[in-house]
Amino acid sequence: MISQMEGSQAVAQSVALCRPEVICAYPISPQTHIVEGLGALVKGGKLAPCEFLNVESEFAAMSVAIGSSATGARTYTATASQGLLFMVEAIYNASGLGLPIVMTVANRAIGAPINIWNDHSDSMSQRDCGWLQLFAESNQEAVDLHIQAFRLAEELSMPVMVCMDGFILTHAYEQLELPSQAQVDRFLPPYEPRQVLDPAEPVSIGAMVGPEAFMEVRYLAHAKQTMALELIPEIAAEFAAEFGRAAGGLTRGYRIEDAETIVVALGSVVGTLEETVDALRDAGEKIGILSIRSYRPFPLAAVRAALKGAKRVVVLEKSFSVGMGGVVSADVRMALSGIQLNGYTVVAGLGGRPITQASLRRMLADAVEDKLPPLSFLDLNRDVVDRQLEREARVRRSGPVAENLLRDVSGQTKKPEVSA
Amino acid sequence: MLQIRIHGRGGQGVVTAAEMLSIAAFEQGRHAQAFPSFGSERTGAPVVSFCRIDDKPIRSREPISAPDVLIIQDANLLHQVDVFQGLVPNGHVLINSGRTVSELGLDEIAARMPPGHVITLPATEIAQKHLGRPLPNAVLLGGFAALTGMITLEAVVHGIHDKFKGQIAERNAAAATEAYDLLRAKETQ
Repeated sequence: MISQMEGSQAVAQSVALCRPEVICAYPISPQTHIVEGLGALVKGGKLAPCEFLNVESEFAAMSVAIGSSATGARTYTATASQGLLFMVEAIYNASGLGLPIVMTVANRAIGAPINIWNDHSDSMSQRDCGWLQLFAESNQEAVDLHIQAFRLAEELSMPVMVCMDGFILTHAYEQLELPSQAQVDRFLPPYEPRQVLDPAEPVSIGAMVGPEAFMEVRYLAHAKQTMALELIPEIAAEFAAEFGRAAGGLTRGYRIEDAETIVVALGSVVGTLEETVDALRDAGEKIGILSIRSYRPFPLAAVRAALKGAKRVVVLEKSFSVGMGGVVSADVRMALSGIQLNGYTVVAGLGGRPITQASLRRMLADAVEDKLPPLSFLDLNRDVVDRQLEREARVRRSGPVAENLLRDVSGQTKKPEVSA
Repeated sequence: MLQIRIHGRGGQGVVTAAEMLSIAAFEQGRHAQAFPSFGSERTGAPVVSFCRIDDKPIRSREPISAPDVLIIQDANLLHQVDVFQGLVPNGHVLINSGRTVSELGLDEIAARMPPGHVITLPATEIAQKHLGRPLPNAVLLGGFAALTGMITLEAVVHGIHDKFKGQIAERNAAAATEAYDLLRAKETQ
């Protein structure tokens, strides 16, 4: 049924259609509405049998998820930002043990400074943890990816993160289609675990492994992610056949066939980029977009095939490796090794800074003329940066950076024209 | 595409207003997108929400910087925030106030716009009467329907019933209808 609803509520409904048996979560913005929605469904008896556990922290949430998944229950949780960081040790255990937990990450920046707004720093910090990471462009895709994620996780016996932009998607109302229970049941069979803690057939899970086999266990995790490179497009194709719309897959190209300039991006910014690219196409620029939908495993071959004919590639990313530059850019460069083209990293939208079409147009106008520096920051307020650098050069006790910048920025803001 | 920006304070239902408006537009077969300004949601703090309405799917997700319609849920914000920033020349402005546009000191802005495009509506009073609480959001949507004609009153009432249940929905719908009738009566004078 097509309805107008909030992204978080839609994801809650979609997860419920997947018939999870255990949901454990600790609330954190902007994830809260998702688990509130699921909690209401469990309490109202609409999602049964399912146990909803309120836990005391994110570390507990992932620990409970590990325990319930190991007993053979389909298990779901959700988090964001500092919450994801707080569960990191258990996140590595979930993937190391090969437990097919599905977790939504409502992408949000990481402090300090404290910031509740969207960027991709949180999930990017966990790119090496062994979980698969899928990125949603819209709320419809977030709905669809969760259904695919359970299927993918359970076929591989590996955990999957579905990453959706916090606030921008989670708190947005838009129209979307929720599938029927019968459709989801046809697509997603009951969970049949590869390993299970069962008193009737006792096993232990979580052995200590020394140098004699540790590398092989890790290699197998990589081999599974490599297998996922084939499984993800297969599941996406099956999904399209069952549900009548495309979602997921490794990558999606937009107007890239003859493109000389290709912008690589992940998540909801792709929509805004499409508007900008259409305007630039109308003005005669040969430009397109490559949306990366599976970030882990990273589709090196698909990215290489999509980008190799271009003259230049701009990686627009909401993440930033301090002291290095782009996070996604490094992977894109790996995909392009041996191919000569101009590559640019544009870091944008950190901590919720709006990514506007006007700024994208300005940046891309520079890009198509190869005037961009290798690394740039969209709409960086250079004045306040310089002022702080000057302050630090001038006085030893220059004070806390964040507080100084807030003062400088508020001094720049215009006052309203209307007088009292 | 029609872009609406709603200014108010935390606790006034600013975000809910944009959501109800998007539901109303969806009810009329349009594509709509509503989202909040994602500020820290403290009661009383200035809050902004956005709604886009179009006949085709809406792809852009940036905040609305050039609104076609402004809804101001608290007139005191006129002195605190530059609410008129980016307003398009032929746009509409609907302000929750029992005072006139002149009394609010907005003659200069109103003169720049087509006649009748900047108006006030005593939404808090109407809400108080129907709900017993000063929650002007649904009332202003009734006003929006009358002012712009872009959404029907029926669709607004549908949006209200989607977000609220029972008596609260009924009372909000009655308040929105009174606002609609009030502005319609003014127009025909």
